[in-house]
Amino acid sequence: MEGHLNLTLKIWRQKNASVAGKFETYQVSGISTDMSFLEMIDVLNNRLIEEGDDPVAFDHDCREGICGMCSMYINGRPHGPNRGVTTCQLHMRSFQDGETITVEPWRASAFPVIKDLVVNRSAFDRIIAAGGFVSVNTGNAQDANSLPIPKDNADEAFAAAACIGCGACVAACKNASAMLFTSAKVSQLALLPQGQVEAATRAQAMVAQMDEEGFGACSNTGACEAECPKGISIENIARMNREYFSATFSSK
Amino acid sequence: MTKLDAKIPEGALADKWTKFRSSVSLVNPANKRSLEIIVVGSGLAGASAAASLAELGYKVKVFCFQDSPRRAHSIAAQGGINAAKNYQNDGDSVYRLFYDTIKGGDYRAREANVHRLAEVSGSIIDQCVAQGVPFAREYGGLLSNRSFGGTQVQRTFYAAGQTGQQLLLGAYSSLQRQVGMGNVKMYTRHEMLDVVTIDGKARGIIARDSVTGALERHFGHAVLLCTGGYGNVFYLSTNAMGSNVTAAWKAHKKGAFFANPCYTQIHPTCIPVSGDHQSKLTLMSESLRNDGRIWVPKKQNDNRKANEIPEDERDYYLERRYPAFGNLVPRDIASRAAKERCDAGYGVGASKMAVYLDYAAAIVRYGKGEANKNNMHNPSDEEIQAMGKAVVKEKYGNLFDMYKQITGEDPYEVPMRIYPAVHYTMGGLWVDYNLMTTVPGLYALGEANFSDHGANRLGASALMQGLADGYFVIPYTIGAYLASEIRTPAMSTDSEDFVAAEKAVRDRLETLMNIKGSKPVDYFHKRLGKIMWDECGMARSAEGLKASIKEIQALQKEFWSDVKIPGEIDNLNPELEKAGRVADFLELGELMCIDALDRNESCGGHFRTEYQTEDGEALRDDENYAYVAAWEYEKQSTFKLHKEELKYENIKIAQRSYK
Repeated sequence: MEGHLNLTLKIWRQKNASVAGKFETYQVSGISTDMSFLEMIDVLNNRLIEEGDDPVAFDHDCREGICGMCSMYINGRPHGPNRGVTTCQLHMRSFQDGETITVEPWRASAFPVIKDLVVNRSAFDRIIAAGGFVSVNTGNAQDANSLPIPKDNADEAFAAAACIGCGACVAACKNASAMLFTSAKVSQLALLPQGQVEAATRAQAMVAQMDEEGFGACSNTGACEAECPKGISIENIARMNREYFSATFSSK
Repeated sequence: MTKLDAKIPEGALADKWTKFRSSVSLVNPANKRSLEIIVVGSGLAGASAAASLAELGYKVKVFCFQDSPRRAHSIAAQGGINAAKNYQNDGDSVYRLFYDTIKGGDYRAREANVHRLAEVSGSIIDQCVAQGVPFAREYGGLLSNRSFGGTQVQRTFYAAGQTGQQLLLGAYSSLQRQVGMGNVKMYTRHEMLDVVTIDGKARGIIARDSVTGALERHFGHAVLLCTGGYGNVFYLSTNAMGSNVTAAWKAHKKGAFFANPCYTQIHPTCIPVSGDHQSKLTLMSESLRNDGRIWVPKKQNDNRKANEIPEDERDYYLERRYPAFGNLVPRDIASRAAKERCDAGYGVGASKMAVYLDYAAAIVRYGKGEANKNNMHNPSDEEIQAMGKAVVKEKYGNLFDMYKQITGEDPYEVPMRIYPAVHYTMGGLWVDYNLMTTVPGLYALGEANFSDHGANRLGASALMQGLADGYFVIPYTIGAYLASEIRTPAMSTDSEDFVAAEKAVRDRLETLMNIKGSKPVDYFHKRLGKIMWDECGMARSAEGLKASIKEIQALQKEFWSDVKIPGEIDNLNPELEKAGRVADFLELGELMCIDALDRNESCGGHFRTEYQTEDGEALRDDENYAYVAAWEYEKQSTFKLHKEELKYENIKIAQRSYK
């Protein structure tokens, strides 16, 4: 049933990339437990606007957990306390009346802050541009059913492809590694016959781009998997390492 | 009255596209390299068009307001994509997909466009599989299909409840490949704020960099708007928060006609509104109607819990009213039927504005099926339940999870509560067969155009249309225009027209910032949404529409004198972006009401209460309204109607029946 909460919010405020940020404290009251976390921020923002203050900038779009745009680091965890949900699908019934909630942007040097809670994740796009595709121009495809694919492989490829590119894995990692994100795409395509032709070059090119963007190394703590809102498995990292090393050893 | 020329090729319906493709003007590869194309929007239509055109050799620039092209709202499409593959051997064909789409659209779509859509549908599936899109498969390794509304065959391809995501990521991969090769230049966090026309032709755009606030001028030999629909005019909809009409509306004000703006799709199965704080509504995929049964109690104001209401006291009203299609009637019909039951006092839940979508029977049916497969002869109820839930989880798991996160209720145990919500807009910029608007060189693709769905879109057809337009239509049809542009060199953006367009955009932004009123943008957006939902939503009347037009005009004035926008013009300012979009919605809302008032009939999603059959079905008037209403912008609140007559040469136009 619906209840109402009074909360203290400590939110990271930073005007733009070139100035230092700091935490500001806000009180909000009468927050319905049926609200999503972002709707709670909407309430705060409309109040700030009416009071003549600058509202908190944050990324969000679909608000149904699939676009990957929302990105808040809540009480020390990407997307907040619940497993398997994005911030937009986190509801206030997960919090207690009187609680203090700390909200920060993703922290990673490869994701510079743009304003407040908004960060620049374009490094992910560049990793995909380096090799996260099958090189097939429009019009070159054969009939979709001419190549049967074992259901298990298709299901596993789908599980890896479910990544929403939100960057929680990077935010959760003490090294700010992008291995889970990168390996999810490498795995998806390596598991399918269509992707196997370029499997070796893909793994090498994507890993090289990942390193160039300044993401850290993987030290196998598994925080990325634990915080991933879509449950992307770290088995993908093992699979990418196999692809990468076999490509490196067999390179001409 | 201007004659609208749809440029439909001559010849028999089934030969038009083939003949067109084989005879349309071509641009040779060397010339393609010097032709520049601007694509606005990076969803299914935009990403597929940009990638395909770049593969052909054109120089492409892509703009999106999100931080990455992968965020476009196509990503949220759940259930599937139609294609006339007939893999199920159940009688599907190009003609049947064409026929179902025309009929589903309540005979208000253009035959030639829809037939072309059906013809290319199969190639879309081939292309996506080749890209590595992981569609659902059967144990034999072949692709799986399911049913959607308004059809009696299984032609829907899917990837769990995340089909849009997988298709968009496929198109996005192809797009990023072209970005990496240097053939596409990507502009993220950029919003298009005007089309630049020179001597009557589209020659570029003015875009605002959301991070710095800087205005930029970009030239293109052609401009493609792939900017989606305008459902957010209702404030609450299943659209993403940023989905907007601004690009299309700016084009409209520069001469592109806006067609059938009142055709709105209200989707029957969404999670009901829970309170005033609500910022958006969430869809529960139509695919759930494959297995779920929709019902309300037979007794009015029944306050018992769903599980306490015995079988014989439940009214499965869709199965009762439409035995041939049952729970899989088209969306407009299912939505109206839900509204009718709730208005009559049979609704459920705290608000009484909801109906049940129940999986109990499907869980038992699947559980028994699994028991048979596993040679279990006397399975217990618990075993049946467990196995049945596992099957349902595989098919619809992410949707069930989403329902639970939002409502706090477990849909494996209690029926879902659902209610209709704004989902899609069939109306959009008027385009000819080539997808060109009434402004030469300016195109509209995907949901942004009006072309293929008539007055009601069938489920799983939006993904099909977006990708058809981008992968398989525009790469051919754009040649008809660009072949005559090969002698036009890239133009300087320092010309008078570009400078003037930029200045107009800057003036408008400054005017907005300088209002310094007392109310946030959302205040106005919510009020507009309420007017639209009450009077231009699932049921419309002449009286209500007339009153709404006046109310919206008053709201426009209030907005422009009392909106309060914080922050700076030259910094990231989401409120300023929102204000510009809501200002455009306020004008579009007025036109939607004008269009709905003009159309004195009911068809598809447009239901005028004055025009209905005795049993409450939409009553069309084919004699007087078998036309596309294409509106020309003249000045504030003044629009001129142009009509494109719809000719049905291959389909016998009839009262739509799903009984």
